[in-house]
Amino acid sequence: MDVGSAKLIGAGLAAIGMGFAAIGVGNLFGQYLNGALRNPSASDGQFGRLIFGFAVTEALGIFALLIAFLLLFT
Amino acid sequence: MPDPIHQFDLHRILHINIGGWDLSFTNSALFMLLAVALTTLFFFVATQARALVPGRMQSVAEIAHDFVAGMVTESMGKGGMKFFPLVFTLFAFIFACNMLGMIPGAFTVTSHIAVTAALAALVFLTVIIVGFAKNGLGFLKLFAPSGIPLFIMPLIVLIEVISFLSRPLSHSIRLFANMLAGHIALKVFGGFVVMLLGAGAFSILAPLPLLMAIALTALEVLVAFVQAYVFTMLTCMYLNDALHPGH
Repeated sequence: MDVGSAKLIGAGLAAIGMGFAAIGVGNLFGQYLNGALRNPSASDGQFGRLIFGFAVTEALGIFALLIAFLLLFT
Repeated sequence: MPDPIHQFDLHRILHINIGGWDLSFTNSALFMLLAVALTTLFFFVATQARALVPGRMQSVAEIAHDFVAGMVTESMGKGGMKFFPLVFTLFAFIFACNMLGMIPGAFTVTSHIAVTAALAALVFLTVIIVGFAKNGLGFLKLFAPSGIPLFIMPLIVLIEVISFLSRPLSHSIRLFANMLAGHIALKVFGGFVVMLLGAGAFSILAPLPLLMAIALTALEVLVAFVQAYVFTMLTCMYLNDALHPGH
């Protein structure tokens, strides 16, 4: 198998990793909504932490996408 | 298919060569200058009025100040405000660069690892220098959390050192990869619109990738703000480790 084809297959495999990050992000928002429905007055105070947690979790998914892009474009 | 990767190419606007070093003024430098100029101009004009009850523009400047000041004092306590100029500059610069990149045809400065790595290295070196200056060798207490049994201490210290050294890596790559991925996605959907328009019968479907591109643009504006916020938040947390080492 030549290098170009192997790179394309590798890029596809790397992109699968984003699915796990997606599960993490969904988990975060689900738990936040769960808590917000039980204790609505406390939800506004934690919103900043939610956004921060979302960004660092999403970053891991985007690291996987970065590997895919590196394989596709270099 | 139109190439989504060439939008990140650097073009020299002014060729400057000093002793063999290529110090040309590039499109990246132009947009960095534009970001700094716009931010400075905005805050200069907004704080001209100095009204006790602020008007619209001054309100925006005050909200921005309070937002970052809140972040700083929440992470570092009262003594953290001496880092406020650095933190606010980082936030304003990254936010301005990210938002300027959303203009169609503009260049996204933070989509280059060189730029984000320089910013992350700045934060990392500041943490180390301030940590040792303030705490002396007590800064190394950061790697030895309290309440750990002696026999696994060497393993814990090793893990803590590795995770400390990986901070500038994740700090820089998070911002870089978010900007890169966002702009590649936008370019790909833009390419789809062009491809469909040139496909004869299928050009009726061309508005669909355009709608996706519009939705992605809205998302990318949000991401521009969130990534600036997260970079700044993490900077505050890392600086807190320098000021108060030991978990």
